[in-house]
Amino acid sequence: MFLQQLLNGLTLGSVYALIALGYTMVYGILELINFAHGEIYMVGAYLGIIFLGFFTAIGLTSYSLTLALFLTVLLSIIFCSSYGFTIEKIAYKPLRNAPRLSPLISAIGVSIFLQNYVMLTQGATDKVFPPLFENSAFEFLSVRITSIQLFIILTAGVLMILLRFFVRKTRMGKAMQAVAQDKTMASLVGININTIISITFIIGSGLAAVAGLMVAIYYGLVNYSIGYIAGIKAFTAAVLGGIGSIRGAMFGGIILGLVESLGAGYISSEYKDAYAFIILVIILLVKPEGLFGRGV
Amino acid sequence: MTGDKLHVTSFKENFYKATKPLVIALWLALLFIPFKGIRAAFILFLALAISLVILKVGNKLLGTRNRLKDKCLLLVTRYASLITHHSSFITRYLLLPLLFFLPFFASDYFIDVTILAGIYIILALGLNVVVGFTGLLNLGFVAFYAIGAYAYALLNTKCGLGFWSALPFSIGLTTLAGFLLAIPALRLRGDYLAIVTLGFGEIARLVLNNWDSLTKGPNGISGIAPPAIMTVSFGKLSYYYYLVLLIVIMTVFITRRVYSSRIGRAWVAIREDETASSAMGINTTMYKLYAFAFGAFWAGLAGAMFAGKMQFVSPESFTFMESVLILSMVILGGLGSITGVIIGAIILVLLPEVLREVQLYRMLVLGGGLVLLMIFRPQGLFGGKECHS
Repeated sequence: MFLQQLLNGLTLGSVYALIALGYTMVYGILELINFAHGEIYMVGAYLGIIFLGFFTAIGLTSYSLTLALFLTVLLSIIFCSSYGFTIEKIAYKPLRNAPRLSPLISAIGVSIFLQNYVMLTQGATDKVFPPLFENSAFEFLSVRITSIQLFIILTAGVLMILLRFFVRKTRMGKAMQAVAQDKTMASLVGININTIISITFIIGSGLAAVAGLMVAIYYGLVNYSIGYIAGIKAFTAAVLGGIGSIRGAMFGGIILGLVESLGAGYISSEYKDAYAFIILVIILLVKPEGLFGRGV
Repeated sequence: MTGDKLHVTSFKENFYKATKPLVIALWLALLFIPFKGIRAAFILFLALAISLVILKVGNKLLGTRNRLKDKCLLLVTRYASLITHHSSFITRYLLLPLLFFLPFFASDYFIDVTILAGIYIILALGLNVVVGFTGLLNLGFVAFYAIGAYAYALLNTKCGLGFWSALPFSIGLTTLAGFLLAIPALRLRGDYLAIVTLGFGEIARLVLNNWDSLTKGPNGISGIAPPAIMTVSFGKLSYYYYLVLLIVIMTVFITRRVYSSRIGRAWVAIREDETASSAMGINTTMYKLYAFAFGAFWAGLAGAMFAGKMQFVSPESFTFMESVLILSMVILGGLGSITGVIIGAIILVLLPEVLREVQLYRMLVLGGGLVLLMIFRPQGLFGGKECHS
C-alpha cells in the first residue's frame, strides 16, 4: 500500500515537475507568475485528443500507431509552444516596464480567456482520450506498475535531464542564465533579450504540452478546468523547490506529488487538492525562497 | 530606430512593413486551426487582416503612429473626467430619484438584477479598499464573501438567529478572518501576496465543499430566512431592493469618508511608495492590516446580504472566477476610484444580462478585456493613477 502510493505520487509528481519547470523558468527571467501556464498544459491535453482523433479519422492510426502517436506529440508540442510564444508577445511584452501587478492581471486574463475558449469550442463535459494500447502492468515488490506510469516517469526524467543540460552547457542556455541574473548587463554583452524570453516561453510551453498529453493518457479524461488546479499545484511545486531554480522545480514537483498521494491515501482524499494550497501558504510564509534558493 | 529622417528605407524594409499585418493575421489564424477547423481559421484570417490593414491605413491617414489608439483613449479620458467631475450632481438629481422610484415601473427581473448589482457594488468597493487604495492584490476575496454568507446561513438555520442579530457576528467573523489572513500574508511582496490570498480562497472553498456535517458540502444550505424588521419580511423583491439600496448608499458614504480620512491617505501613501511612507512615520504593516480587515468587513456584509437574498448558499457561488469577476469590476472602473468601481460593477453585472446572447461568452470577453485593459488603459476607465505593487 505504502509503496503503491509512493509510485502513484512519483508519477503525479513528475507531471507537476514538468509543468513547474515552465513557471520557474519564466519567473526566473521575467519575475512574472505566468498564470496562463496551467492552461497551456490543459490545451496540450486537448490537442492530443484532437490530433489523435484526426489521425484516426484519416486512417493513420490503424496504419501505424507509433507514427500517429509520434505526430500527435510533435504537433501538440509545436502548437503549445506557438501559443506560449504568442501569449508572451501579445499579453506580456507590452507590459514589461509596467508596474508589477499589471502583467499578473494580464496573465489572469489570458488564463480565463483560454479556459473559456476551450470550453466554448470543445464543450464543458469531460473528453475521453481514446484507449489506444493495452495498459500492461507488472508486479514488483507487490507494487503494481503500469507501463504508462513507467513511461511518464521516464519521459519526465529524460526531459528534465535534457533541459538541465541545455541550460548549463549550451550557448543559448548560458544566455538564459545571464538574462535571469541581470537583464541590462546581458543585453550589454550582446544577448538579445527578446529572443531569450521567447525561447523560455517556447520551451516551457512545450514541456507543459508533454505533461498535458501524459496526463490525458494516464487518466483517460480531460476537462477544460484541469489547467487551473494543475497550474496552481505546479506553481506550488516551483515555489517549494525555490522559484527560479530548475533543480528546485523537479524536486518540488516530486515532493508535492508524494505528499498529495500519501495524504490522499492516509489522511483524507477529499482534501486532496487542499494539500497543495496548504504547502504553498506555509512555504511562502516560512521559507519564501524555497528549498533550493534562486538562480536558473 | 527607423524614425530617423536621413535613413532611406529600402524596398525590403518597406515590403516587411507592408506585409507585417498579414503575417500577424496568418499566424494567429494558424493557431486557431486545431480548435476551430480550417474554414473558421480562414474567416478569422480575413477578419484580422482587414482590421489590421484598416488600422494601419487609418493611422497613416491621421498622421503619426498610434494616433487612432491615442484618440480613442483621449475620448475615454474626457468622458470619464466629465462623469467624475459631475458625479455628485448626477447622483443627487438623476440617479437617486431614479433608483428610488425604480420598483414602481421596472419589471421584477430587472429589480432582481439590480439587487445583484448592488451586492456586487458592496463587494467591489470592499475589494477596492485593498487593491485600489492600498495596492495589495487580493485574489481570494471571495473567501470573505463566502465566510459572511455561510456565517449568516449557519447562524440562521442552526441557531435560529434572525438577520439583524446574526449580522454583527457574520461581519465580525469575516473581519477577524481578514485580520488573521493578513497578519502572516502581509510579510510577502506583491505577487506572492496575490498567490497566498488565492490559496486561502481555494482552501476556504474546499473546506466548505467537504465539511459535510456543518455545511452540507456541495449541496449547500437552503431555507435561509430573509431579513425582517418586526414582522415585516424583506422577502418581497421591492423591499429587499430598498434594503440593498440603503446599504449601498451607506457603503459608498463610509468608504468615501474613510478614503479621505487619515487612514485613507495612509493607504494611498503606501500604494504610491511604501518605503517613503514608512519613512514618513506611517506604520505600514498596521495600515495594511486595517485595509485587509476593512475590505473583508464589506465582503462579510455582502455575503450576508447575498445569503438573505438567495435564501440558499453553496460553495459553487464562491469560486476563483467570482474573485476574478470582482477584481475585474475594480480594475475596469479604475483602481481607487469609487465612482469608477461602482460603474465597473454595474457594467459587468448588467451588460451580460442585457445582451443575453453573449452571456456564454462573458468570461471569454472578460479575460480578453483584462489583457487589453492592462495594455491600453491600466488605470481603468475612471482611474487617474496607476497602481503599484
